[in-house]
Amino acid sequence: MLKPLSDLKSGERGIVRELQGGRRLAARLAGLGLAPGALVVVMHNYGRGPLTVSVMHTRVALGLGQAARVLVETREGEP
Amino acid sequence: MTGQPPRPVTIALAGQPNVGKSTVFNRLTGLNQHVGNWPGKTVEQRTGEMVHQGTAIRLVDLPGTYGLTANSEEERIARDYILRERPDVVVAIVNAAALERNLYLIAELLVLPSPVVIGLNMMDVAASHGVHVEPEVLEAALKVPVVPLIASRNQGLLPLVDAALRLAANPGAFAPARPEIRPPHRPILAAITARLAGKLPPPYPTEWAALKLLEGDTEIASLVRETAPEAWEGIHPVLLQHEDAYLDIAGGRYEWIARMVRAAVARPRAGVITVTDHIDKVATHPLLGLALLLGVLATVFWLTYTAASPLVNLLGKTISGSVAGAARSALSAAPAWLSAFVADGLIGGAGMVLSFLPILVFFFAFMGVLEDVGYMARMAYVMDRFMHRLGLHGKSSLPLFLGFGCNIPAVLGTRIIDDRRARLLTLLLAPLVPCTARLAVVTFLAPAFFGELATLVMVGLVALNLLVLVVAGVALNRLAFKGAKTAFIMEMPLYHAPNLRTIGLFVWNNVAAFLKKASTVIVVVSAGVWVLSHWPGHGMDHSVLAGLGRMLMPVGAWMGLDDWRFIVALLTSFVAKENTIATLGVLFSAGEGGAGLAGRVAAALSPLAALAFLVVQMLFVPCVATVAVTRQEAGWKWALAGVVLLLSLSLGVGTITYQAFSRL
Repeated sequence: MLKPLSDLKSGERGIVRELQGGRRLAARLAGLGLAPGALVVVMHNYGRGPLTVSVMHTRVALGLGQAARVLVETREGEP
Repeated sequence: MTGQPPRPVTIALAGQPNVGKSTVFNRLTGLNQHVGNWPGKTVEQRTGEMVHQGTAIRLVDLPGTYGLTANSEEERIARDYILRERPDVVVAIVNAAALERNLYLIAELLVLPSPVVIGLNMMDVAASHGVHVEPEVLEAALKVPVVPLIASRNQGLLPLVDAALRLAANPGAFAPARPEIRPPHRPILAAITARLAGKLPPPYPTEWAALKLLEGDTEIASLVRETAPEAWEGIHPVLLQHEDAYLDIAGGRYEWIARMVRAAVARPRAGVITVTDHIDKVATHPLLGLALLLGVLATVFWLTYTAASPLVNLLGKTISGSVAGAARSALSAAPAWLSAFVADGLIGGAGMVLSFLPILVFFFAFMGVLEDVGYMARMAYVMDRFMHRLGLHGKSSLPLFLGFGCNIPAVLGTRIIDDRRARLLTLLLAPLVPCTARLAVVTFLAPAFFGELATLVMVGLVALNLLVLVVAGVALNRLAFKGAKTAFIMEMPLYHAPNLRTIGLFVWNNVAAFLKKASTVIVVVSAGVWVLSHWPGHGMDHSVLAGLGRMLMPVGAWMGLDDWRFIVALLTSFVAKENTIATLGVLFSAGEGGAGLAGRVAAALSPLAALAFLVVQMLFVPCVATVAVTRQEAGWKWALAGVVLLLSLSLGVGTITYQAFSRL
């Protein structure tokens, strides 16, 4: 099931499947490791303000608006 | 070839941000480096020279970039340099602890014409995370020389240069593995390549251009449209059909990387919780992080002023006492006006300004430490919540913090903000951050004006500046920028121990700019103020400067400034903020140098007018150097807008302060 990265809570994980919001944003996200196929773990999502994620052994901070453009696949029941 | 000195080997240094690339560059070149701008660009260019075993080498530090798209100026500069200048070798620095992400840039570099050597840096950090990387295995998979490094401890740098020179001497031997794109798009790429063959002007390699077209690269698209219109006609419809290919290409690069590193990297099964993760639990927390940030900033200011104040006082006394005295006795045989010009004009003016140097050195040293250990990115993160409301970016907070040191690096620092509107707004607001020069003026005058209340007044003035910054930011964002929102995407680097060399260079670059200003602009203004305040004779009250000050007295009257000398002091602060003191020093000294200056100045104004004067001084138009760099970064229009904005804010807030308090 695909859902926006911004909906994931702290500690939840998913696999990036789609990047929306145009080529420019997608190119920046891909350079930081957020490309289709990448496993991403949300480290901190306080629901307001930017969230931090761990992807490809690096930490990336991104605004809620940008995180909403990253669609990830999560497995139900998996922490 | 004999008789001619051999051409230096050119090595371009590439790498993603936060991989220790600057450490490598600084270690290799030492002080043999030049900082300038890329031709026609506002991006900093660093080049340097070194000699290795008799070979002269020219090192070019490319901007740190995550990839090589046409989407940011840095990435365009890096790829254009490699394509057009064809460096003999590209040395790419990667972080061994985050190899997969770092190899994304390598995947882009390997399809460009220059041979590549990989410097596998931060091997110690990787080991501490339980990550084991085998350089030989990676080298065998990529068919690219890989040299392990710990640049922070100076390990592996000479072997890295050796490997680069070996490759430069024999570039034909370079046959790397090249990333392939996913099978569904291969025939499409082949079709585009075939149509482009022989149609492109040098230096663009056909296959690279075809790949970039499929990725949606607007720069290459317009190049093909202009130079090969007939090929474009065939290619354009294909591109439209495969508009989403860029996602596949990016995903494909990481799949290729995963295959390349599979045998070379061993990681612990369960991810290690690193020191960085522990610290970030606090440092990136919405409340704790903010508390930490405020604590850190308060400590920086407290340490700066505690450490610097004795030195500033000592320097001030030495300059106004011994140095001015020595000048007077050396010139005792010269005409009296010359002795007064040197002792009161030059030493009393520009010399006093020099005494602020310790504040600058300490402030930039502390900021350099925060930057180098990796805390700055967390500052940006924590501040993003607030910056957002001003239509700004978390990253905007970094140049604004630098502004506390000096507004010039703040204006230049706005380059890190990739959104143009957020950058312009930051440029406009940056001069509202009180720089050390303005704080030094207040530190000097407030105790004389307000005695024991001085600290309270100083804190209040800084708070007022920041309040004005926030209000002006919100208003400008609503009115002029239509409430635009900006994207926030930023890597949070690992924390690491500070490197003294890096911090030293950071302090030196900033202090050198200040010394240059003090030795040129401020000297000229001090001299000019002295001359204008003594010409055409018959005492200072009848001078040209007094006339100009009196002409502006009606404006000064709004805020209780009934002494022309303060109005002149404000006017000269446009040239440099420190001139407020320099000018008052000249105008109030009357042959006594700088000694006892503060007392004489304080006696000339009522406390209320003094407060208004300090408010105006803190918010007054940016100094001419700041205006000049703003023009260089954003053009005349924005530079002038900044002057008008601050002029109206300073006069407005100064008047309100005076009028409101006098009615209490």
